[in-house]
Amino acid sequence: MSARTFPRIIRYRASTRIKHWIVAIGFVLAALSGLAMFHPSLFWLGNLFGGGTWTRLLHPFVGVAMLVAFALLAATVGGDNRMQRHDWQWLRGWREVVADRERELPEAGRYNAGQKLLYWLIVLCLVALLLSGIVIWRAYFSLFFPIELVRFAAVVHAIAATVLVCAIVVHVYAAIWVKGSVRAMTRGTVSPGWAWKHHHAWFREVLRGGGRD
Amino acid sequence: MALQSLDIVRRSATTTPSPQVREAHTGEVAKLIDVTKCIGCKACQVACMEWNDLRDEIGSCTGHYDNPADLSEHSWTLMRFSEHETAAGDLEWLIRKDGCMHCADPGCLKACPAPGAIVQYANGIVDFNEEHCIGCGYCVTGCPFDVPRISKKDHKAYKCTLCSDRVAVGLEPACVKTCPTGAIVFGTKDDMKRHAAERVEDLKSRGFEHAGLYDPAGVGGTHVMYVLHHADQPHLYADLPAEPKISAMVGLWKGMSKPLALFAIAATAFAGFLHYIGVGPNEVDEDDEAAARREMEETR
Repeated sequence: MSARTFPRIIRYRASTRIKHWIVAIGFVLAALSGLAMFHPSLFWLGNLFGGGTWTRLLHPFVGVAMLVAFALLAATVGGDNRMQRHDWQWLRGWREVVADRERELPEAGRYNAGQKLLYWLIVLCLVALLLSGIVIWRAYFSLFFPIELVRFAAVVHAIAATVLVCAIVVHVYAAIWVKGSVRAMTRGTVSPGWAWKHHHAWFREVLRGGGRD
Repeated sequence: MALQSLDIVRRSATTTPSPQVREAHTGEVAKLIDVTKCIGCKACQVACMEWNDLRDEIGSCTGHYDNPADLSEHSWTLMRFSEHETAAGDLEWLIRKDGCMHCADPGCLKACPAPGAIVQYANGIVDFNEEHCIGCGYCVTGCPFDVPRISKKDHKAYKCTLCSDRVAVGLEPACVKTCPTGAIVFGTKDDMKRHAAERVEDLKSRGFEHAGLYDPAGVGGTHVMYVLHHADQPHLYADLPAEPKISAMVGLWKGMSKPLALFAIAATAFAGFLHYIGVGPNEVDEDDEAAARREMEETR
């Protein structure tokens, strides 16, 4: 029997993919404009936004837009990212994961423990960025906060942004490394073998008629 | 040669040296404000408005003599009036001319992310170049004296320039020029310190035992200094900070965090690259597909 008679498995429906890519574009724009204002050697990135003043103007609005889009995405994917007991066991075997020997680990559901931790790290960073970002948003809000809090918020914003950028670098790398993942987020489907190998518990759920996005 | 000063010792968000062949051979400058001689006439405020073509909005009385009530993008200097009752029961009216202190180690310049928006000249003056300002307000966050103000109209940062345009052509600042009691004097920093020492000695001989010069070391000294009757209690003078310095938070934000953050991001990306080179792509092979097909058939 040829593999073609087995249809591809739907992993992300169109609305999820669209939400993901709005968040992704928002993140890239927020990161580039933020880095422009963070380090002198990257100030030239502000030219992408029409200069330093436009960068300063746009950055917070882009950030808020990304956050709103993320909240919508989280409403869809958040439930599947709750940590469960077997996830911690999966994490203890991280060496097997990075060596491409995940077969020896507990089966992953729709998301594996690494993806879940990354998800919660991103949530944490975004909350920190939102709260500190409001405090350092000079045009509208900084006046309402004591100067020491503004200074503290600037540090928090820088740290949370750095952690978030690193987290997204890991996220993007994982998508490049695990072949078939990019297709899941661009066209929505994965091959049965992909689901079987990387998310076996989810694969079986799909076979039982569940596991819908 | 174009109209350029060639004496820029520090430039915001710039990591390479700026043109600085011209040095302050005659010494760094300073403005000395003798608070003990000030009569609160506000002529310095008027002179500042005139020279710099600034007109603040006419406000309303807020219950004290400060007028306007605060520094603003249009008011770069302001007399702040404080009432102080001495231990002997005497009332003292302490009048401090507030404005940019022109720190040797300026917190605003350290915090500024826009290359060249804030510069420090060889003579010590810290100046804002508003055409490079992006309006982020980081200078406000960095300043230990709460001096810079962001315009509501053009969203640029403004503050006292120490009349850098006048000083550049050998004139004294407008406020100095106009002060009727000689409470504000201008010269080299060394001369001003000498003059202050004489004033302090005189004040001490007249019963102000804690008289002294305010030239805070925490910001490397300032190019605007005060002679205070109560140098041991600077807070009496409208909350003048006793030991101003660039906040540790600003130091962390603009110091270690910058190289560390870029390193962390680059290292994460590089680690990913090395992992790909070392382990290779994580692919689904025919065995995986076959196993998946078997399992699908079993469930059917």
